Amino acid sequence: MALISDGSFIEDDWRRLAEEEALPKAGKVIVSLARLQHALEVLGTESTLGVIVPNTTELSALIEALPRLELVSISFPAFSDGRGFSLARLLRRAGFRGELRASGRLVADQYSHAVGCGFDKIEIPDELAERQGEEQWRAALNAYAMSYQRGYPGRGSILEARRRAARP
Amino acid sequence: MTAVDLRVAQRPNAPLTTYRYDEYDAAFVRERVAEFREQVRRRLSGALTEEEFRPFRLMNGLYLQLHAYMLRVAIPYGTLTARQMRRLADIADKWDKGYGHFTTRQNLQYNWPKLVDTPDILEALADVEMHAIQTSGNCIRNVTADHFAGVAPDEIEDPRPTAEFLRQWSSLHPEFSFLPRKFKIAVTGAEHDRAAIMVHDIGLRIVRNAAGETGYQVVVGGGLGRSPFVGKVVGDFVPRHDLLAFLEAIMRVYNRFGRRDNKYKARIKILVHEKGIDDIRADVEAEFAAMDRSVFAHDPEEFERVAGFFAPPPYETLPRDSQMLRAAKLETPAFANFADVNVSAHKIPGYAIVTVSLKPIGGVPGDATSDQMRVLADASERFGFGELRVSHEQNIILPHVKQDDLFALWLMLDAAGLATANAGLVSDIIACPGMDYCSLATARSIPIAQAISKRFADMSRQRRIGKLGIKISGCINACGHHHVGAIGILGLEKKGQESYQITLGGDPTFSASIGEILGPGVTSEQVPDVIEHLVDFYLAEREEGEAFIDTWRRIGHARFKDALRREGEDGADI
Repeated sequence: MALISDGSFIEDDWRRLAEEEALPKAGKVIVSLARLQHALEVLGTESTLGVIVPNTTELSALIEALPRLELVSISFPAFSDGRGFSLARLLRRAGFRGELRASGRLVADQYSHAVGCGFDKIEIPDELAERQGEEQWRAALNAYAMSYQRGYPGRGSILEARRRAARP
Repeated sequence: MTAVDLRVAQRPNAPLTTYRYDEYDAAFVRERVAEFREQVRRRLSGALTEEEFRPFRLMNGLYLQLHAYMLRVAIPYGTLTARQMRRLADIADKWDKGYGHFTTRQNLQYNWPKLVDTPDILEALADVEMHAIQTSGNCIRNVTADHFAGVAPDEIEDPRPTAEFLRQWSSLHPEFSFLPRKFKIAVTGAEHDRAAIMVHDIGLRIVRNAAGETGYQVVVGGGLGRSPFVGKVVGDFVPRHDLLAFLEAIMRVYNRFGRRDNKYKARIKILVHEKGIDDIRADVEAEFAAMDRSVFAHDPEEFERVAGFFAPPPYETLPRDSQMLRAAKLETPAFANFADVNVSAHKIPGYAIVTVSLKPIGGVPGDATSDQMRVLADASERFGFGELRVSHEQNIILPHVKQDDLFALWLMLDAAGLATANAGLVSDIIACPGMDYCSLATARSIPIAQAISKRFADMSRQRRIGKLGIKISGCINACGHHHVGAIGILGLEKKGQESYQITLGGDPTFSASIGEILGPGVTSEQVPDVIEHLVDFYLAEREEGEAFIDTWRRIGHARFKDALRREGEDGADI
């Protein structure tokens, strides 16, 4: 998998734990939603914990664990399945300040959508990263100077710019 | 000077008739074109697979059709300037075959563009403040509105400022661009619904409450297609202050819970149908309560800025009735027919709203040649402040014509083959492109419309029949709105043969209803016979001044079925 952050491919310092793999005592690990409760119970504070969740997850399934999570990765079963964008919004609204990853076959052209919904990292298969290199992700991030929506991070809001212009 | 005065002063030769882009709008549309140009390049280089490219080309209005690509251009809330209409004509000449097709959703389709040319076409559109953004794809589509907006006597408020607000809010929305399915919004501000809001994913009706405040009745889950539904009220009075937040809440509920397992069950109408409107309302209200509404709160100054563009043009003070019009009607019966059928009442004394029919007898419904587009642009400048509208009935509207000018306008239209006096009559047929163009179609639509139109070619007979909406779709996706036609015709394929299913009693207005099936399908040759029998039966049964739908509602579906069966026994093979 390739990891994109701020328009660059970066090393991933998190490790996704396989289902059968034992929980390590330390380090940054990502567990499945099914193992989350157990991991929270057995792991001490020296471990940094992340979780990968389906895009259909209810916020209520995560809300209690959220203060102890450093990372939430939302899987995108298909790039055209936009449920993960809404889940990201709900997590940010619930106060989650950790790393929010979109994991799946997202294409570069969706980068600013993802950022706008609160994602800060995108994780894609290597094969896709070969076709869509860094420069395409960076271009997608910079394709628009501003956006019409308010309340979505990433770019300046046209509505706010107009307000400022109207009231100098 | 107020902001509105300033804008008028900046454009001394032309009154404001529609929204004008500011620097931000202009930059946004240019960026969209540049992005699409790059997407086309990346598609050709292989960086994007066809599957990956598809939603992005669709969100720029580009479909792959039966014979070629099709580009669908947005005409937001159906309002066009003369300059924009001329540009549409130029594009038709330069990159297409010299014509365009106006659709039932206030869009214009070019049927023959080449993929490599489309970025240049989009650039040419951007020059005149137009685009093809979100005319397709699983996103919020071009927002439509009453085509008589701003001029209808029965209007509470012009719906176009609201529609323009929604155009901006929905453009490249970060969260709602990969929905389960397409999402269509229509707005009306009048007492009569000319925008078919009850059969949209969201229909907005501008209303006033007892305190005199303006707000919106929000209807959700209407739609046609293979499972037609009339929308249900999800918010009875949403104050303007909360409109965007309320819509965000609906969209979030739909984006999360709309079905994605079956594309035919993915529209919000199915979610509303399966969960029930009360559950959906509870979900929407819970989401609305949980969100930070302040960022979506109505900005009165921005709304005022947008609304200022739709201010009334500088009308003259005129008597209510024109002597010239009366004299010309007496003098020229053909003009009198046009004036009686295609001219509607205007809210300003001495003015009229003119419907220019794109349904000549035997023609292709909604098609206009580039020459006709230029005539319409010229006509709007000579007689109507340079403004045009596109109706969901696939006609062109000149919204502010002096009654004194109607005869001169008619002469000009007549010379261009644009004076067919059939607005709202039996030959003013809505039809999708059907098998002649569309890869989804299961049967032809255009030749059926042409055959019916020819059958009723006698205009005096049409006037005797009166207002009667026939709508034809060439497949169950129902682009021709057949479900809400007083007479609906659906083209299907049965064992390799075209078969046409006929429905009666559809109604696209506030009293919306879905048509009921008349009986087994008939062949394409039989369609005009069946329609004629139905019309004759209606004429025999109707009471004074009664429209087809009202007769049907009064005497019932069974009577029409029986009538047709009797006709069949008389020899017609139906």
